[in-house]
Amino acid sequence: MSALLSVEDLGIAFGTSDPVVSGVSFEVHKGQTLALVGESGSGKTISCRAILRILPKKARLSSGRVVLNGRDGRQELHHLTERRMRGIRGNAVSMIFQEPMRSLSPLHRVGNQVIEALVLHHRVSAATAKAAAIEQFERVGFPDPERAFRAYPFELSGGMRQRAMIAMAMISKPELLIADEPTTALDVTTQAQVLGLIKELQKETGTAVILVTHDLGVVANMAESVVVMNKGRVMEAGPASAVLRAPAHGYTQKLFAAAPQIPDVARAAPPLPREDLILTLSDVSKTYHVRGNSRWKPEMLVRACRGVDLAVTRGKTLAIVGESGSGKTTCARIALGAEPPDPGGKVAFRASADADPIKVHAMSRAARTAFQRQAQMVFQDPYSSLSPRMRVMDALTEPLEIHGIGTWSERREKAAEMLQWVGLKREMLFRYPHAFSGGQRQRLSIARALMLNPSLLVCDEPTSALDVSVQEQILTLLEDIRDRAGLSYLFISHDLAVVARIADEVAVMRQGLVVEQAPPETLFYNPQHPYTKALIAAQPEPDINKPIDLKLVANGAGAPESWPESFRFTPDIVPSLTEVEPGHKVRCHA
Amino acid sequence: MSKLPDGRYVDDAPYDPDENINRIERADMDAPNWLLVWRKFRQHRLGLISGLFLLASYLMLPFAGFISPYTPNERNADHLYAPPQMVRFFHEGDFVGPFVYPRTAVPDLVNYRWTYETDTTRPMPLRFFCEAGTYRLAGLIKSDTHLFCASEGSTVFLFGSDRLGRDVFSRILYGAQLSLTVGLIGITVSFILGIGFGSIAGYFGGKIDWVIQRTIEILRSLPELPLWLALSAAVPSNWGPVAVFFIISVILGILDWPGLARAVRAKFLSLREEEYVRAAEMMGASSGRVIRRHLLPNFVSHLIASATLSIPAMILGETALSFLGLGLRAPAVSWGVMLADAQNLASIEIYPWTAIPMLPIIVVVLAFNFLGDGLRDSLDPYED
Repeated sequence: MSALLSVEDLGIAFGTSDPVVSGVSFEVHKGQTLALVGESGSGKTISCRAILRILPKKARLSSGRVVLNGRDGRQELHHLTERRMRGIRGNAVSMIFQEPMRSLSPLHRVGNQVIEALVLHHRVSAATAKAAAIEQFERVGFPDPERAFRAYPFELSGGMRQRAMIAMAMISKPELLIADEPTTALDVTTQAQVLGLIKELQKETGTAVILVTHDLGVVANMAESVVVMNKGRVMEAGPASAVLRAPAHGYTQKLFAAAPQIPDVARAAPPLPREDLILTLSDVSKTYHVRGNSRWKPEMLVRACRGVDLAVTRGKTLAIVGESGSGKTTCARIALGAEPPDPGGKVAFRASADADPIKVHAMSRAARTAFQRQAQMVFQDPYSSLSPRMRVMDALTEPLEIHGIGTWSERREKAAEMLQWVGLKREMLFRYPHAFSGGQRQRLSIARALMLNPSLLVCDEPTSALDVSVQEQILTLLEDIRDRAGLSYLFISHDLAVVARIADEVAVMRQGLVVEQAPPETLFYNPQHPYTKALIAAQPEPDINKPIDLKLVANGAGAPESWPESFRFTPDIVPSLTEVEPGHKVRCHA
Repeated sequence: MSKLPDGRYVDDAPYDPDENINRIERADMDAPNWLLVWRKFRQHRLGLISGLFLLASYLMLPFAGFISPYTPNERNADHLYAPPQMVRFFHEGDFVGPFVYPRTAVPDLVNYRWTYETDTTRPMPLRFFCEAGTYRLAGLIKSDTHLFCASEGSTVFLFGSDRLGRDVFSRILYGAQLSLTVGLIGITVSFILGIGFGSIAGYFGGKIDWVIQRTIEILRSLPELPLWLALSAAVPSNWGPVAVFFIISVILGILDWPGLARAVRAKFLSLREEEYVRAAEMMGASSGRVIRRHLLPNFVSHLIASATLSIPAMILGETALSFLGLGLRAPAVSWGVMLADAQNLASIEIYPWTAIPMLPIIVVVLAFNFLGDGLRDSLDPYED
């Protein structure tokens, strides 16, 4: 049986420089899924785009053949005319992009965008197209397909948009679907559902799928065969089961080792000591007033977080886990005094065990300055957290300069010392941030946060913009620094597996409420809340024998009304956080 | 490459799993912003040429008096409305160096105008580093040496002469001094106001932003030309040319800032969301410091580009005002003032060279636009 698509010796170069991708070959068979795995810069996305010849302007195919052997016979995509190529795109081969927020046109109704491919390629009437689209919408899981057809993209959540994208890609019944990191921008529970959907559709229609991803867990759940790429070359390729069971190439092994996993736990952990708390949030709520859509609609109240009680024990790490919009970042901002909580909420910070607590929610100017020296933040995006105009040296010494600490040479010494702490060399002081990779930049921003010798570090998803292997290194670095400098962390993340490594206690948030709180071992050993269970179940693991349990995910990730009676909450009636065992709290009706 | 028994393909190029974390990934990006911008700008041919041309033009300004053969208001009563003269090198087949043929004015009493008869038998060589009318070099040093001038008894009007027998070429050079600098002064005023209000509006937002936005909208809704007219009419007529010039540039600047303020505000709003700005705020940096150290440096290049694109508007504005007789006044020389002489159709038809000052205006405005385009294209050296 010949392959549906075969790519041979693909090479792509920018301008006249050396090829960025070379010697890439793979085959996709009908009804099968091929995963292209690699980290950023590995050339996986550009290789996929080369199939449809939608490369960036300066890039060109320097070598290789792309042959599609589908229902229209054998076609050599690498030298088809542009006109015939248009007949392939969106018809025989369609594509789903990574960023659902940007891949739908904001000015057109979702339905019209979805039927475009049908109207273009099959010249069907608007009514037929609409009927097909609605059927497709139903298929991809829109509760009200008619409404979805009329909706504008901004009315839909990220997960729903990605479903609409899938509907768009599938409507002309393509033989091959190229999905470029379709779930990277989604929450883990949504990711599980979208992956499940792609798989189901594939089973139904017999479409072949090329799945581009950086996550071996996703591969294990989806793919029959794998191509592992690094720096534009194929490192290892073969059946998914063989590659995942015993990775042969060093790079695959490294990726495998770095893939975050939820550990198997044998028993619950003892509760954390509560004597020496560096930071306490008590009854912290935050309500935003959002103007109504029109003048006649009343102002809406958005409750970003509600009645949050959290405490960070000195020298330990408290992690807040939740999907986007769960209120975890708001909590962090309130903890840092960047935003005041609603009246009644209290945030207290104790620089040392016997110091007077600073009231973070109502600081004077002087108290704020003192507090800022003690509590610093590490940001999510290493590419935007360092000013491109400042040399590393200037960026690192800035906190000292602001607080008027030390002379110029003392500051420079301190900066050099902190660089060594984060594993970089002193010579880096005079370089500009753009010379560095993402991981190096994240190290720099950690070094900057350490410049004032803080005692509390708030890490806002410090690894979610990084490649898995780099993520691993940064987490190790953060652990080292915590133990070396006696720091306490408030760690914000959407990824339970990342948190499993670093946290001493985890608070799971959903819709502004802490739904479950326990040490990670306890949480994994004995998850109580349906949402926690869903989060754990949705984590894709790089083990082919542990597929995602979609039912568990669907149960927990749905609206709170769909949860079992004892966990349900409504905007008005919220069950309280009950201690079910020492150190393990669950929000449920007792 | 090798194949494993289970059909797997494994690359066997050497692979080092422990990458050095101190390796510099993008050594080419390790440079200050201006250098990166320059590297990119260098490839923008048209922009580069325009930039060099403008640079040369501005460097020429202090030496305008030296380069031009006449002083701007030097009248040559025998040569009114003289057409452009050609500088020749060969006389009757022999090389004699640069020279001109002398001309004499003959009144044409039928058409009631001057016609010129050229005497092609007597080549009158140009003199170099010669002494003629006095001027001030760079406005300071008194001098009477000119790069070139005509011999005794002849004239050198490269672009012809005007109604009063003044050399158009010399006047264009002198006019450049005012016409080109009016944009710079105007843009300075506009920059100070635009950056000031724009950054306040963008950084603080809320009520201040609202007030500034509405002010901008009101300013923008005023019809420009009548407003210029009104403002320049308010300039006392007994002020000297320099004072008038200065006030005109300030007026142009005052009317130009809203556009810039908007650009600054928009840029501020987007930069404010950058994490390095939030990081600085979390470190405890004051708003002034955040604006100065983080926001301004990061969009100064955008400002320069938008400035290069708005200088031509100022130059055109000055020209328009002077053309209408409301800008600079007679003893001062600017391109607009010169064009005011070419206001009626008759003079353009009969003495087309009086409209020559249009050429430098067109060239300079185009050059600024190309330069601005080139700069704008190379502003973001970090993408790709």
